[in-house]
Amino acid sequence: MTAAAHVEAPQRPVLEMRHISKTFGPVRALQDVSLTVDAGELHALMGENGAGKSTLMKVLSGAYRPDAGGEILIEGTPVATGDPIKARAQGIAVIYQELSLAPNLTVAQNIFLGNEPRRFGIVDRDQCNRRAKEIIERLGVSFSTRALVSSLSLGERQLVEIARALSTSARIIVMDEPTTSLTSRETDRLFEVIATLKAQGIAIIYISHRMEEVYQLADRVSVLRDSGYVGTLERADLNASRLVSMMVGRDLSAFYKKDHRPPDSQRRVALSVRGMSDGGLLKDCSFDLYHGEVLALAGLVGSGRTELARLIFGADRRTAGEVELDGKPLIIASPREALEAGIAYLTEDRKELGLFLDMSIADNINMGVLAKDARTGGFRDFTAADRRAAKAIADLSIRTRSAQANAGSLSGGNQQKVLLARLLETEPKVVILDEPTRGVDVGAKSEIYRLIDRLAGRGIAILMISSELPEVIGVADRVLVMRDGAIAGQVTASEGRPLRQEEIMELATGAAQEGPTR
Amino acid sequence: MTDSSTVAKAADQAVVRSRRLRTAFAALGMLPVLVLLAVGFQFINPRFLTGTNLLIVSQQSSINIVLAAGMTFVILTGGIDLSVGSILAASAMVAVLVSLVPDWGMLGIPAAILLGLGFGVINGLLVAYIKLPPFIVTLGSLTAVRGVARLLGEDTTVFNSDLPFDFIGNGSLFGIPWLVIIALTVVVLSWLVLKRTVLGTWIYAVGGNAEAARLTGIKVPLVLLFVYGVSGLLAGLGGVMSAARLYAANGLQLGQSYELDAIAAVILGGTSFVGGVGSIWGTLIGGLIIAVLSNGLILAGVSDIWQYIIKGLVIIVAVALDRYRLQAGART
Repeated sequence: MTAAAHVEAPQRPVLEMRHISKTFGPVRALQDVSLTVDAGELHALMGENGAGKSTLMKVLSGAYRPDAGGEILIEGTPVATGDPIKARAQGIAVIYQELSLAPNLTVAQNIFLGNEPRRFGIVDRDQCNRRAKEIIERLGVSFSTRALVSSLSLGERQLVEIARALSTSARIIVMDEPTTSLTSRETDRLFEVIATLKAQGIAIIYISHRMEEVYQLADRVSVLRDSGYVGTLERADLNASRLVSMMVGRDLSAFYKKDHRPPDSQRRVALSVRGMSDGGLLKDCSFDLYHGEVLALAGLVGSGRTELARLIFGADRRTAGEVELDGKPLIIASPREALEAGIAYLTEDRKELGLFLDMSIADNINMGVLAKDARTGGFRDFTAADRRAAKAIADLSIRTRSAQANAGSLSGGNQQKVLLARLLETEPKVVILDEPTRGVDVGAKSEIYRLIDRLAGRGIAILMISSELPEVIGVADRVLVMRDGAIAGQVTASEGRPLRQEEIMELATGAAQEGPTR
Repeated sequence: MTDSSTVAKAADQAVVRSRRLRTAFAALGMLPVLVLLAVGFQFINPRFLTGTNLLIVSQQSSINIVLAAGMTFVILTGGIDLSVGSILAASAMVAVLVSLVPDWGMLGIPAAILLGLGFGVINGLLVAYIKLPPFIVTLGSLTAVRGVARLLGEDTTVFNSDLPFDFIGNGSLFGIPWLVIIALTVVVLSWLVLKRTVLGTWIYAVGGNAEAARLTGIKVPLVLLFVYGVSGLLAGLGGVMSAARLYAANGLQLGQSYELDAIAAVILGGTSFVGGVGSIWGTLIGGLIIAVLSNGLILAGVSDIWQYIIKGLVIIVAVALDRYRLQAGART
């Protein structure tokens, strides 16, 4: 990875946020935070979930009005706060994680949504398409402005969002975890677009949990912690342990935890998967998973890892393939049958596919075992439910005021722990974790790693899908790599030779076969 | 240790209390509207708040509340049942027809209820297993079952002046009309199922996030089958109540647009149209509001045409106020 070109040009900051505080009733969400961003700079904003990054950006975009004393200056001039329309007019654009495009409209229509070029009061289609095309070319990418947004990939949709920001002549673009759902190719293209934007003097505030991205892109990094400003590092001073300790406020000496002993020659196969196919992407996937093992399933986004996991769990229909658990063949046609057999699955998309956001934490934790705990007549056993919930909250240190609070009120990391708790209540023998630390802050990450290590130590077989290679190497005993819907190979550690990222990437990209690695 | 657990318990209780308060507030959010309407009508016509009239109001609301209870189950899963009015008509026809069988007249009650259950189960099967959209399925059965209702009496009104179960429609127990007793029993039983059983929690879960429910091992199709079955069954019970009140049934006119009143009651009661959030107590209050409006407007001498317009507007305004209040609550 080459360092991003960084043009040193002495110039006035395009944005200054001074002494921003924000309180909601008794809760202090921001305390005296100041941030300065130069034109053409990529300024990364880091911090654990709940540190105040989103609140700060909402103040910037005008969604929230800062408390008295805080001010925002654009090119040295104070601007009105708490007014989203004025903020946009001042050149501030925010691209959110949840994209906000209308899927049934074309690219051009979306770019000019609410701001259509008109002629005689009627939307001027031709001008609309022409100007959209210009903007898209400015980004250095090419796709049809007449395509429906619903036909675009997530990465392309994001580019449309950026194009929309440019159409309103944005000078400061905020990107909130922009690469979370992108493939690596799309990520590369986004980075190229970011370089183009910077070259045009646009400032980018970049929120991310991914260290590697920040290293690659950032000119400066500011860190927030517990609603307050911790500090700003110049590109030259960036280093991982310093950043992590700034975010967490303490040293994370043992961030990854691997205390359990990897299975040895006496190991017993827990799950045996043979010839799994889904008639589409997945082709003839076979592997064995041992008791007490953490097996990582690596590969690029779109390589079929989640699809394979869902097939094993019975969430989707397979066209071929067998599964054996402890040597006994299983017939799994639905998640319920998988759960009854002792296979549990943690989804990668906890809000859409995992949680019941309007229900209590206790109900969420108990959801899988309600029938098992039921009294005669199908009545709920609330005593058992409360007991399970209290124990899970203590065991997994879920931070909440009460088990009766809504699951939707929790932070990402705690929501993930609630889902893990639900999964563990079913007493599984095999646990499939799909991106268990996605969108989770550093502290909760390390707790989840500890939990995985503990479960493996108890003899539970764990299949962990992960896109973060440091995590794969830090946590797994063995790595299975997928490419284009098939198992491309496996990487094992041996005495004195730990798992290597390069090996995994070679298998994942096919570089090992197609030619010499560069 | 004991200290922290006592503290935790206290916090738990506080949250439970505030959660109860909030659900009570959501459910009772419309209670002020109900009271306001009652007081307003009392001003216009002092006959409104008399014992006799209030009995009439509660009697008039009872059938709608029974239908709305079933509708609450369905809407909690994110569905809709448009067929309840037609099912009520068909069941009422069967109730009267069977009541005419000498010596076996009482069988009209189970016959009507089973017929309603049958139609509900058909709706449920189509929604749960064929995976058709609930709106389409029940729109179809709204029409088809209406046809069945007309077919049952060869498109005439059927009478039984000697209805063996007429006490249901016109009798009372300790001064409380049977219609009211039945409606309240249905509400209490619904509460018991929704809040105290595993199935009830599953209903909320399916409405809150159907795919997550499936991945948690919940038998989603069975839950859907159950809610449409309940809705049909209660529509059948509504048919019995209606037949018992009128000593007659007419396949063409009976129960026309009852589904709309039932849906209105549920929505007025604060149940979310997308599912997962709501309570049966809200539905009870919603049903009462609709009954008070109808009765009060008649007593106020408002013409039939204006009653429609006012009723429609009140529903829209009440729900709009409710949304506004909830958003205000969420913002803090």
